[in-house]
Amino acid sequence: MPRYAHTVDGKRYRFADLKSLLAKATPARSGDQLAGIAAGSDEERVAARMALAALPLATFLDEVPIPYEEDEVTRLIIDEHDKTAFAPVSHLTVGDFRNWLLSEAADAAALAALAPGLTPEMAAAVSKIMRVQDLILVAKKCRVVTAFRNTIGLAGRMATRLQPNHPTDDPAGVAASIVDGLMYGCGDAVIGVNPASDNVHTVTTLLRMLDAVIAKYRIPTQACVLTHVTTTIEAIGRGAPVDLVFQSIAGTESANAGFGINLAVLAEGRDAALSLRRGTVGDHVMYFETGQGSALSANAHHGVDQQTCEARAYAVARKFKPLLVNTVVGFIGPEYLYDGKQITRAGLEDHFCGKLLGVPMGCDVCYTNHAEADQDDMDALLTLLAAAGVNYVMGVPGSDDVMLNYQSTSFHDTLYIRQVLGLRPAPEFEAWLRDIGIFAPGEALALAQDLPAPFRHALAKLD
Amino acid sequence: MDDPADTPVIPDTWGKLRRFTPARIALGRAGTSLPTQAQLDFQFAHARARDAVHHPLATGVLRTALAQRGHTVATVRSAAPDRRTYLQRPDLGRRLDEASRAALAALSAADDAPFDVAFILADGLSAFAIEQNALPFLDAMLPRLPAPAWKLAPLVIAAQSRVALGDDIAVTLHARMVAILIGERPGLSSPDSLGIYLTWQPRIGTTDAQRNCISNIRREGLDIHLAADKLLWLMNEARSRQLSGVSLKDDTQAPDERLATPATNFLLDSRP
Repeated sequence: MPRYAHTVDGKRYRFADLKSLLAKATPARSGDQLAGIAAGSDEERVAARMALAALPLATFLDEVPIPYEEDEVTRLIIDEHDKTAFAPVSHLTVGDFRNWLLSEAADAAALAALAPGLTPEMAAAVSKIMRVQDLILVAKKCRVVTAFRNTIGLAGRMATRLQPNHPTDDPAGVAASIVDGLMYGCGDAVIGVNPASDNVHTVTTLLRMLDAVIAKYRIPTQACVLTHVTTTIEAIGRGAPVDLVFQSIAGTESANAGFGINLAVLAEGRDAALSLRRGTVGDHVMYFETGQGSALSANAHHGVDQQTCEARAYAVARKFKPLLVNTVVGFIGPEYLYDGKQITRAGLEDHFCGKLLGVPMGCDVCYTNHAEADQDDMDALLTLLAAAGVNYVMGVPGSDDVMLNYQSTSFHDTLYIRQVLGLRPAPEFEAWLRDIGIFAPGEALALAQDLPAPFRHALAKLD
Repeated sequence: MDDPADTPVIPDTWGKLRRFTPARIALGRAGTSLPTQAQLDFQFAHARARDAVHHPLATGVLRTALAQRGHTVATVRSAAPDRRTYLQRPDLGRRLDEASRAALAALSAADDAPFDVAFILADGLSAFAIEQNALPFLDAMLPRLPAPAWKLAPLVIAAQSRVALGDDIAVTLHARMVAILIGERPGLSSPDSLGIYLTWQPRIGTTDAQRNCISNIRREGLDIHLAADKLLWLMNEARSRQLSGVSLKDDTQAPDERLATPATNFLLDSRP
């Protein structure tokens, strides 16, 4: 007998269980259709939302979509739930939780205090009955501030990851893209390279190079080579200068096993990075990437919709106090998010759920060439996310990642959104941009015309 | 627009760094935005990559060219009826449609004398990759596989195909090994990149961990003769060790991974 049902206009809609209700309430997307769990009609989808809205929020503490015994992410979610923090909303239904989130009572302080009391399933559930403007408005009120060599997530600011990838990890090629990004004022979130090779020697070479550049030009930022956590641990063991430990994570134990990780390995990585004590203004040392569809693509979704799986990944993330977390929303392809509309909605859901759960959320606003999306879609999502207070976005030269073969946001895009919304870089980084002469003197964030002297000297040797 | 003084575009002064990377650096700016020329260049590259995804594989032309070389050729399609379905339903792209399965079954080897290897030319996400690279690659590869050491299955051209369609084809043909040449996800600067996946004893449900991949085969990428050498090495190893995948590390790839990268570069060589 289905426990969840809703009657609209005399028609009874039944939902087999909680995960089925969540899946059918989700806005349409190709991944849930591929998994065979999406609503069968538009009417059923809205009926599921009505049933979901009537559900007490506390239901998610008693009934979990993936069994506690089978999944360490579920155990993490339940074991570390903070009942005291949950108290202010514990009497609400999902529908009234949305109303509360939109109310003036839910200010930045209230939302920050609430975060440990929320489970990912609660965040996912309420997001499914929210419109785009709701996702923006509430996320904007959440503030998650983190720090390592600079401070990320402050009001009125937006950081960028400088992503200087090169097809063969050539250090000079990486350095060329770093110059391009720095001269456009990018790189405060991290200078982060996706290596083409996972060879520990290559990774260590890149780490040493990034460390030397940051030290020589006194850049108040952090570096990362985005390789597997075990490779980074090995590099630390060999004495490599590691600021941030990177890992792709997902929302189920079996999907994480597909990535070759579990919670214990992540803890080991964090401990290794903390032991180096390389942060100057904070000690957030983890960098995680996520994305809807990763659990399904590993056949590790347990019949749970991809957006709920994604929100569960944020429970994994927050356990390890990360500096940076971003959804790589459009990278996975049209089997999971078909077009610009689906990518846009997913990016805003991910940002909202992450922020609500207390995760320092950024977004790789991106698409692949087999998705029905283009630069106009990315401009729209970037603008919406910036309005929602996203902590950081990517900066890729000319939007074209020549190693990973996809398109993300560019250095130019960052300056566009700074101009339109007046968003500034991280304060320490902004001061450096002015001191070294990348930004012209004055309050406006105007690029100087001339190459700053230290970089002019470096390039002069190439003539 | 030819005279820099006449254009409102502000050039970037680090253009000489372009020698180090194919990335789109030093594009200049209009205000702080992308200049018109760079914007249109990007749109053209995106259009080309999208055309690569949606361009149907010219199976007739390919079939004729292969027949002229004296090969037996079969043309099949997956259970994905069109491109839109193909892009959203990877499960259908991994399965033969029934008519194709019946046609292939007529060409299959006897149970006790299976083919050593089946070569498949699959559109994947870029038919351009097959149209531009598959014939030159086969011309380089097939002479490396003389009979009777290698008993080759008929060549198969596959439309709306994912990598795992090769498993279904190999099972239907009775082949002990399958090498599927397939168009890779096109990048903005690489719309015609060919990948080859080799699988020993493919079965329905074989996972990617059981395959070996040779990637980025195209004019500006991995040379076809190098790719053929790698594939031959993998095929010999797979046959002698009776396995493929992660446990069959490609030693011929190892030198690439250990590119002796200089630890220093122009940013670090100079004094501040």
